[in-house]
Amino acid sequence: MSLLTASHICKSFEKTEVLKDISFNLNESNVLSIIGSSGSGKTTLLRCLNFLEKADKGRILVNDKVIFDAEDESYLKPAVLRKNRLHFGLVFQSFNLFPQYTALKNVMLARMLQAKNDPDYKLHKKEINEAIEAEAVALLSQMGLKDRMMNYPHQLSGGQCQRVAIARALALKPDILCFDEPTSALDPELTGEVLKVIRELAEQKATMIIVTHEMAFARDVSDEVMFMDNGYVLEQGPSAEIFENPKEERTKQFLSRFISGNL
Amino acid sequence: MDLFFEQFPVVFKALNIGFLQTLKLFFVTLVGALPLGLLISFGSRSKVKIISAVFKVFIWIIRGTPLMIQLLIIYYFPGLVFNNPIWGGNEEGRFTASAVAFIINYACYFSEIYRGGIQSIPAGQDEAGLVLGMTRSQIFFKVKLLQMIKRIVPPISNEVLTLVKDTSLARIIALQEIIWAGQSFMKGSQGISGVIWPLFFTGVYYLICNGLLTLLFGKLEKKLEFFR
Repeated sequence: MSLLTASHICKSFEKTEVLKDISFNLNESNVLSIIGSSGSGKTTLLRCLNFLEKADKGRILVNDKVIFDAEDESYLKPAVLRKNRLHFGLVFQSFNLFPQYTALKNVMLARMLQAKNDPDYKLHKKEINEAIEAEAVALLSQMGLKDRMMNYPHQLSGGQCQRVAIARALALKPDILCFDEPTSALDPELTGEVLKVIRELAEQKATMIIVTHEMAFARDVSDEVMFMDNGYVLEQGPSAEIFENPKEERTKQFLSRFISGNL
Repeated sequence: MDLFFEQFPVVFKALNIGFLQTLKLFFVTLVGALPLGLLISFGSRSKVKIISAVFKVFIWIIRGTPLMIQLLIIYYFPGLVFNNPIWGGNEEGRFTASAVAFIINYACYFSEIYRGGIQSIPAGQDEAGLVLGMTRSQIFFKVKLLQMIKRIVPPISNEVLTLVKDTSLARIIALQEIIWAGQSFMKGSQGISGVIWPLFFTGVYYLICNGLLTLLFGKLEKKLEFFR
């Protein structure tokens, strides 16, 4: 059974159609990479899944339950969007950490704000906050940042910032973790440490959607690969198939530089 | 010289009383204008076009005309035009009218500083908050407010120093602030007349006050240096 179903997603900005009828499924514990040239609509698709953009048409289902339907106003209310977008986590290209909080507080903040709505929060304030902190510490340790927890974002390298951002997204236990070109703002030396963390998450069977220009990484880490071009999904299939035996001429053309570049 | 030492205690006391009124107007203006400015900045950023237009025209009028005229209009208009001098003719009434004029005027300046501060925060901060399930108000108070404050401390401190000196404009409606007190010894007051040094001496008060404020804002900027 597929964990995520997106059907007939369309999105235009003014008169420019950016997504033209996108449909796909994603199974639990699978990793989907979305590749394609700049402007093909990859990032917009991720933003529609996270409701940072509202799709003009289409539906999104998680575990066969509708969480978004462009036709149905009741899914567009801010409170409903807020609740339903928690099925997804999103890691940004530019990290977007909160600069005035330490790495640890960045990871804890959203959980602490959520916890305040718990009916028994006032009674067990201390225990709840301790539990949230313990989880955040564990996540940051998993990211290899145990000794950087008390640092502020400006004291961290780009790779460390991005790992904090991943921990921050994981803290909310999303069903599907999305990455929007997570290494594009990093220099090559720092790219590796972020990709390593994502690989480890894949080994732990996290369900992920990764928009990336790192072709070798996409090939190795993904179960499925989607090639987008000009707002359409031109080709989708198992990673090996897309990379070794692309069917569409445009896919071959896009991958040629990368293949001739000897992976 | 003997005369100076004779006059000094009298003048000093009068100037202190005047400066107390100056300080009172200063603090009341800050307490009123800092939050009112935030509301006006929200209004001018409203997505409802007509609301933002109304606020923008209001800001334009207030920032586009002299505070002195605004003081005169607010103080005299109700009495002269509607025959209803709501402020009353005493010192208390003059103070209230001054405070209203100053609060409105400074709130408009502050609102533009706030607007600049809010707009300078990258959209990624909003988006990060949203994908973490935060509400708009949580994002404003927990994520953006401190970043905004850090950015607006220098321009706000500018306005605050100006405010200290601008309070002297209330002299135009005869508020008994420090300039008024200094001037009174030119015309004659408490047996002293025809001396101008008390008026010049008021400058020392402004200097000391703004010196302290400069130190205070410097401390605040330092305090916010822990993040970038």
